[in-house]
Amino acid sequence: MTKSKLNKTNPLVYIIMGIGGLLMIFPFVWMVATSFKQPWDVYNLSIIPTQPTLANYFRLLATSNFPRWFFNSFVVSIAVTMSVLFFDSLVGYTLCKFKFKYKNIIFLLILSTMMIPTEMLVIPWYVMSKGLGWANSYWGIMFPGIMTGFGTFLMRQFFQSVPDDLLDSGRIDGLNEFQIWWKIAMPLVKPAISALAIFTFLGNWNAFLWPLIVTSTNSLYTLPVGLAFFSGEFQTEWEMVMTGASVATIPVLIVFLIFQKQIVRGIALTGLKG
Amino acid sequence: MKNCFKKLSIAQKQTLWAYVFLFVPLVFYLVIRIYPAFNAFYLSLTNWDIVSVEKDMVFFENYFSLSEDPLFWKTLGNTFKYVIYGLPINLVLSFLIAYNLNKLKWGLGIYRTLYFIPFMTSLVAVSWVWRWLYQPLPLGFFNNLLSLFGIPEQPFLMAPSQALPSILAPTIWVQMGFQVIIFLAGLKAIPQSVYEAADIDGANNRQKLFRVTIPLLRPTIIFLVITGTIKYLRIFTQVYSMTYQGNGGPLNSTKPLVLYIYNTAFQRFDMGYASAMTVVLFLIILVITLFQLKVLNKDD
Repeated sequence: MTKSKLNKTNPLVYIIMGIGGLLMIFPFVWMVATSFKQPWDVYNLSIIPTQPTLANYFRLLATSNFPRWFFNSFVVSIAVTMSVLFFDSLVGYTLCKFKFKYKNIIFLLILSTMMIPTEMLVIPWYVMSKGLGWANSYWGIMFPGIMTGFGTFLMRQFFQSVPDDLLDSGRIDGLNEFQIWWKIAMPLVKPAISALAIFTFLGNWNAFLWPLIVTSTNSLYTLPVGLAFFSGEFQTEWEMVMTGASVATIPVLIVFLIFQKQIVRGIALTGLKG
Repeated sequence: MKNCFKKLSIAQKQTLWAYVFLFVPLVFYLVIRIYPAFNAFYLSLTNWDIVSVEKDMVFFENYFSLSEDPLFWKTLGNTFKYVIYGLPINLVLSFLIAYNLNKLKWGLGIYRTLYFIPFMTSLVAVSWVWRWLYQPLPLGFFNNLLSLFGIPEQPFLMAPSQALPSILAPTIWVQMGFQVIIFLAGLKAIPQSVYEAADIDGANNRQKLFRVTIPLLRPTIIFLVITGTIKYLRIFTQVYSMTYQGNGGPLNSTKPLVLYIYNTAFQRFDMGYASAMTVVLFLIILVITLFQLKVLNKDD
């Protein structure tokens, strides 16, 4: 009897959760719908545009630098993600599997950087970027994030599950330490790597404060910064603002829908281990 | 060179490899993370304006000025309002959603997608979409909805009394996706046998929730409270995007500390004063995190 009670789910739960879910995506549906509307149709509260048009998208391409901002965000996010994956897993591995002097001090030092909020560092970073000529360049946008304490900590946790015997067998086979890490240890922590990749990519793709500070020419804006300026400029023409927001949102949503399983698993995994 | 390396013991080789691997990262952490933190503290003791070559030491004067700056206290208060109003609602809603999603026998993937989508999107885009929903009549969706029920038009972002909650709503909405996923993972990790044991003891649903589920979710809750608090304390993008000219208005009623820091450092170029505020923010985050870790972990 208890079993049957456990297995029964009230149909009302499906309905209420479904309504809640639709409310969650409603703003996006309306955003996309409005991006296809004529200016006079924006006041019409119907989800379906009276006369659907692509004119807003053409105007967006003609009056702004969206493709360029998109490209900038893409290059910066990919480069930072690759760097983070390489360094955080290398450092996490070293701090997990090697025995050497000052290991714990180095670990604590890296861990302690997680406690420093970005906001405290942006002023010195800005001064540094100006002094070294990094301001207003891809490198200027990227350099603060090429390694993270969080990722290092996460990877160190995951490398603990890699058995030492396996690494020793690699040593017997004559692999050097770099090859052991790359060829033996790395393939065993793939789920952690994909989780870290997702977090890093998303974080950089959506990063706003630092790119806003460090970039000053339109052609170097990242997508969020470009969108902010674009929206400010067009703020009374809501169909244009919604077109900009759609362009900034939809590609990410498509990527999400493709990699949904991995993304959700990665985030859940991080929550449990972190 | 190669011969020298071969003569080393295994332990020495390990140390050597470790430092080869760690060399570039150590330089990075020292130069890009640790040094700037100290540099921020140093700048907070000067009245530097970024243009002058000389940095005049004023010692703790910036901190004294802060303590007498009504706007600083206002923005600090706003920051705490975001945390205190926003985070509990966020956690309770996310838990309720995850708790109910966990009951679903089919379609969980689709449901989860719906709740997770807002988290994936750019906060700037989200903020502008919501800013549009809040517009006055005849444009704003929310006001149109209200008028259907005969409720008078609301100012939302235009009134000091309503602007801050109006900015919190999309913030909660975005963060919910993340928290639901984490809660769901936590709930799924609780073994079914625990509930079966509770059934044998004659526990009802309420008792199971408060005596079994929530205590077993403690690590998840600790994680979400700490990460959530930090996120809310650092609120910036939404306010910058949703208020007129990004000024945290009306009448500074929505301006959080980070926005005040941004204005001070990058619009007024008062680097010393802004640095002092960043140090305060750092200390607040540090103290709250340590406090939460202590309180939430106390029974273990």
